[in-house]
Amino acid sequence: MLPPVFGVLFDGIAYGMLLFVLSVGLSVTLGLMNFVNLAHCAFAMLGGYVSITLVNDFHWPFLATLPLAFLSAAIVSVVLERTLYRRLYRSSDLDQVLLTIGLAFISVAIAAYIFGTIQQPVETPALLRGAVDFLGLGLGKYRLFLVGTALVVTILLVAGLEYTRFGAQVRAAVDNQRMARGLGIDVDRTFAATFALGSGLAGLGGALAIEIVGLDPNFAFTYLVYVLIIVSVGGLGSIAGSFAAAMLIGVSDVAGKYYAPELGAFLIYLVMVAVLMWRPAGLFGRR
Amino acid sequence: MPSSAATMTPQGWLRTQSRWHPLEIAFWLATLLPFVLFPDYLSLASQIAITALFALSLDIILGYAGIVSLGHAAFFGIGAYSAGLLAKFGWGEPLTGLAFAAAVAGLVGLAISFVIARFRHFTLIMITLGLGLLAFEAANRAHWLTGGSDGLQGVSMWPVLGLFKFDLYGYTAYTYSLVVLFVVFLGARRLINSPLGLALRGIRENWVRMPAIGADSQAHIRKAYTIAAAMAGLAGAVLAQTTESVSLESISFQRSADVLVMLVLGGAGRLYGGLIGAIIFMVARDQFSGIAPQYWYFWIGVLLVTVVMVLPNGIIGGLSHFYARWRGK
Amino acid sequence: MSPPAQSKAPIALGTRGLSKAFGSLPVARDIAINLPVGARYALIGPNGAGKTTLINLMTGMLTPNAGQIFLGDEDITTLGPQERVRRGLARTFQINTLFAGLNALEAVTLAVTERRGRAGRFWRGVGSDSETIDEAYDILRKLKLGDSCYQVTRELPYGRQRLLEIALALATRPKVLLLDEPAAGVPPEESGEVFEAVAGLSDDLTLLFIEHDMHVVFRFASHIIVLVGGAIFTEGTPAEIAADPGVREVYLGKRKHG
Repeated sequence: MLPPVFGVLFDGIAYGMLLFVLSVGLSVTLGLMNFVNLAHCAFAMLGGYVSITLVNDFHWPFLATLPLAFLSAAIVSVVLERTLYRRLYRSSDLDQVLLTIGLAFISVAIAAYIFGTIQQPVETPALLRGAVDFLGLGLGKYRLFLVGTALVVTILLVAGLEYTRFGAQVRAAVDNQRMARGLGIDVDRTFAATFALGSGLAGLGGALAIEIVGLDPNFAFTYLVYVLIIVSVGGLGSIAGSFAAAMLIGVSDVAGKYYAPELGAFLIYLVMVAVLMWRPAGLFGRR
Repeated sequence: MPSSAATMTPQGWLRTQSRWHPLEIAFWLATLLPFVLFPDYLSLASQIAITALFALSLDIILGYAGIVSLGHAAFFGIGAYSAGLLAKFGWGEPLTGLAFAAAVAGLVGLAISFVIARFRHFTLIMITLGLGLLAFEAANRAHWLTGGSDGLQGVSMWPVLGLFKFDLYGYTAYTYSLVVLFVVFLGARRLINSPLGLALRGIRENWVRMPAIGADSQAHIRKAYTIAAAMAGLAGAVLAQTTESVSLESISFQRSADVLVMLVLGGAGRLYGGLIGAIIFMVARDQFSGIAPQYWYFWIGVLLVTVVMVLPNGIIGGLSHFYARWRGK
Repeated sequence: MSPPAQSKAPIALGTRGLSKAFGSLPVARDIAINLPVGARYALIGPNGAGKTTLINLMTGMLTPNAGQIFLGDEDITTLGPQERVRRGLARTFQINTLFAGLNALEAVTLAVTERRGRAGRFWRGVGSDSETIDEAYDILRKLKLGDSCYQVTRELPYGRQRLLEIALALATRPKVLLLDEPAAGVPPEESGEVFEAVAGLSDDLTLLFIEHDMHVVFRFASHIIVLVGGAIFTEGTPAEIAADPGVREVYLGKRKHG
């Protein structure tokens, strides 16, 4: 019989996996182009609402909505990238912050207008209801699914980066943009594609998150802070960094809620500031 | 070569940069209008003056030194709570309370400035965000001191200069806020036109060139940041004193974000940008106070996107651009 | 090939065994340079040879992996960039690194103010320090920038901007000035002004300039250092270098100069 702390650990890991899927896209695009996209969680929210609408209004099975959540976020990101983001690649941090925050505000308002401000009711698919008994712990099936999905995503990302030509281009551009351009790599196009991929993952994460944390229009901001913390602590442009930081934050957050509710977010903010002061580029970041 | 420059000496030119423009005088005279035209709105006017002062403090570091801070409300809140607590524990004299709050906020700012000056770009943004959130959490948790989410109660102020009580009509409050704003503004104006102001602009214009001319950018930033923190603390203190209460809102992320929007709206790096932005923002918010918050932020979002894509220097930048073109320069 | 003439002139700037590598890519290999006071040395070499890197190492913008840098008798290897400027080592940038939104007067005034240690003052106006302003304007006038000094830098013609690069460096009253391709990109009709400015620099000032245009090099330099692949390939008088078949092959022979 495993003691309950392992149950908390599992929940923390599951939460961390979810945060990883939400954050990895932002980490790579920030590392790639230094473009501060604070609308990242708005894409997540979009994916969530797409999924909800398909399930509640069109009676799709939940699992089938996941690819759509990914795609819808990716497509919207391509549109925004072409029209707005593209002009600001060489702009100041402030301009990027302001533009993307503005877009996030707009998306929250649109979501509130269409869906209302209360949390969306969602029904767990029958397949994923309940728990699996493991050495005396009840491991939630949905959380197991979440962990599995996130691991698949991780493997695909790492393999893609390592073994595909596109992945090599991304790695080169993250490492040294000027040199990559000099080698003939179309960095802007690489960025656009990576951005779409990253936003799509955020959308997927948003859909996956509904069951765990619920979905309401404020999602775009509530989780933005967590994502930013993970990205900055993990290191810009680092998948391993995002993974490690997401695990750290996920477990600390859940464990904190169980064992030390007094501390709350205080500890996480403190850790972030401390890590950044020690390693400004994040734990696994370059530069 | 413009004819005025033919008779201009270098020193003369530099001196004219700091001369008072008639529009400025008109602006400050206009701040007296609420007494006459909007006597029922004096408490709003007072809020605007306070927020304008806060925006001015952010302009020093953002508009002039180029430091994007998402946590500047920390100093506003520190000033507010300091002034509030001083009064609560028995010393309700307003002016010394202001000095105390500015000193506390300034000292914290000085300490933090050693951290801030070392970082740039995304790391710096995240550190300011983190510190701001930490300040909020600290204030939230320490409810034995701050009252937590219930706010600080029992702040009772003595009359200003022994004569003018803070009352419900708001005359004293607005006069007080306006005077503090104006006096600090004069100081800020001096700072901007001083060698340090020029150095800050140099830092903003070209970070790399500064050490190449022998400048210690970090020392300049520390100085500016400390001054800006003290100014923000003053603004918070005035709020605490005029409303005789302090709430968590004064140290919240919302306040940090709103003041950033105001400054950008009015135009950063132009001294009056924060003031103009504060006036427009607060008046608009008051007018639209009926609508739900997310719709208010919808328009803020549209505004931000517009400013970034179309009006990069805010309203003042846009106006001066059109003015220059109209004059055919 | 001959080593620098044994001169009794004291060394203004020297390096010993200066080395730097980015990961496994060496960009500076064991570089030893001695600039005597008042020298007019040119640093040439093919693109990517590490010339700007060397200047970055000397000025402190890059930290070496090994080696030392001396300014006069003082070891400045561990000093930060602004400290080196304060001790009299200045440089100009190959790509204009100017204060785009300030005008020339403000920019040079800022540089002079920094040198005089008054840049931290915030209670008196910039316009009140007439000594500083006069000095700044003087520098501008000498570089023929006096009449355009009220114009915002980003609106200045390119040649004027290059002159402003030099003005900013001169405002720090350097003993040693490192010029990184001072006339780079300047249209022919304006480049004369830049060369006049360089020619007019005081004889006490020690100069090391990176240049690609061999006419400029032969006109101004008394000694040439050839850098290839991060290491000193050879050095000598202009006549020696021009005659050196190795240099021709590595550099001169492959480039055409108009």
